[in-house]
Amino acid sequence: MSQLSLQTDRVGFSYGKRRALSDVSIELIAGRITMLLGPNGAGKSTLFGLLTGLLELRHGEILFETVSLEKSRSALLSNLGVVFQQSTLDLDLSVEQNLQYHASLRGMGRAEAKRRIAEELEWFALSERAKDSVRALNGGHRRRVELARALLHKPRVLLLDEPTVGLDSHTRQRLAETVRQRCAESKVAVLWATHLMDEVEPQDHIYLLNGGELRFSGSPQQLIDEAGAESLVGAFNHLTNYDEVAL
Amino acid sequence: MNLAVATSAFSGILRREFLRFIQQRSRFLSALVRPLLWLLVFAAGFRAALGIAIIEPYETYITYEVYIAPGLCCMILLFNGMQGSLAMVYDREMGSMKVLLVSPLPRPYLLLAKMTATSLISLVQVYAFLLIALAVDVTPPLLGYLSVLPAIFLVALLLSAIGLFLSTQIKQLENFAGVMNFVIFPMFFLSSALYPLWKMQESSELLYWICLLNPFTHAVELVRHALYLSLNMEALGWTLVALAISLAAGILSFKPSRVAG
Repeated sequence: MSQLSLQTDRVGFSYGKRRALSDVSIELIAGRITMLLGPNGAGKSTLFGLLTGLLELRHGEILFETVSLEKSRSALLSNLGVVFQQSTLDLDLSVEQNLQYHASLRGMGRAEAKRRIAEELEWFALSERAKDSVRALNGGHRRRVELARALLHKPRVLLLDEPTVGLDSHTRQRLAETVRQRCAESKVAVLWATHLMDEVEPQDHIYLLNGGELRFSGSPQQLIDEAGAESLVGAFNHLTNYDEVAL
Repeated sequence: MNLAVATSAFSGILRREFLRFIQQRSRFLSALVRPLLWLLVFAAGFRAALGIAIIEPYETYITYEVYIAPGLCCMILLFNGMQGSLAMVYDREMGSMKVLLVSPLPRPYLLLAKMTATSLISLVQVYAFLLIALAVDVTPPLLGYLSVLPAIFLVALLLSAIGLFLSTQIKQLENFAGVMNFVIFPMFFLSSALYPLWKMQESSELLYWICLLNPFTHAVELVRHALYLSLNMEALGWTLVALAISLAAGILSFKPSRVAG
């Protein structure tokens, strides 16, 4: 039986008078990758802001393992790993120091933090760059560090807000493989926001946002069928009236 | 709030601030050069013009260097507080503030921990300045170096809290220059850092009252007295009130939504 990790129920948000999200209900299941598709301005980052508590929830409800966010904010944040669209690494610190900082904010003991940092750096093939300043890393390496950091405290939910933006196709592919492998091994519920259709795999669950509203929920094949399109790109274009989709 | 997590988070925040501090050596040097210029150059020039009478907490006539030393200690704290404010705006714009805010601790605690960390780092700079000031005969009693510690920390926290409040009002990094003109200079010059208030009163009653209302004046007096083993209760009271107001204003006006974008 699939285990529900995180759920939003009719969540909405406005920036002043501008409505950014309307009645969005999604479910994240442990060990499943959920792709949040939508063009720029669809409301993906707003949803991430609400899930991470950076934006104040005024409409609807967010449930972490069936407990309301109001009652479980600390529990949710303890079990949340996030890679934001914009890099959030401290450029003045080394790779290892960035991870140590994150570990301490999560209350990890020194010995545990050291062990986990070594494990994650090894996993992401960054052990040799541990002492390097983040400023000296290229975009792909920085994203790997951010992923390692997001997974450091073994979260049950992983939020990825367009994590591959600005990366070349080879690096994007490797990053996607890594996330999928970790999701399968650690049974993490993953919410991956993107507008790049080639990041979607047939087994993923898709939510499609457009204009702040949820336009579709289902598998990639169901999306293609519903739009009457020949491909995922065509279906995305059809449902979002989007002319240019990056591949 | 889990105490172990809170302690771990504070040590992490302190460590990060310390690492950033030691990696930015120019910041440390400029924090020292500024007050030293005042002490070595300005004080030498104005020593004769600004004769000092015997005033509390000093027991005898003092040189101008001795008079302005506590004010210059507070100058370091003032600039560090505003530097902290600048760092907050930078962290907000660069995204690293998000890392702090999505940690599972109450936001007021996280902000207080950040302010405490920057305040502790300021102490290092103040003591380095006091050490160099020995060369120009600024020689408070040995125990004064210990008794001034809580006063410096309190003032550092006050100025960090004012810095936090300012950071919530500054929309972008480019607007920070205004802080220099509208906050740092008026706070410093309209205080007892460079001249005793009775001197100011002789020149202008209005300016004297403005100086009295300036929390920085009381902060300077708190440090001045503590350095010479005296507790100025009035200065302590005003500093604590100003700290409470600044902390409340800073924490309440901090909007995580400005970090979310």
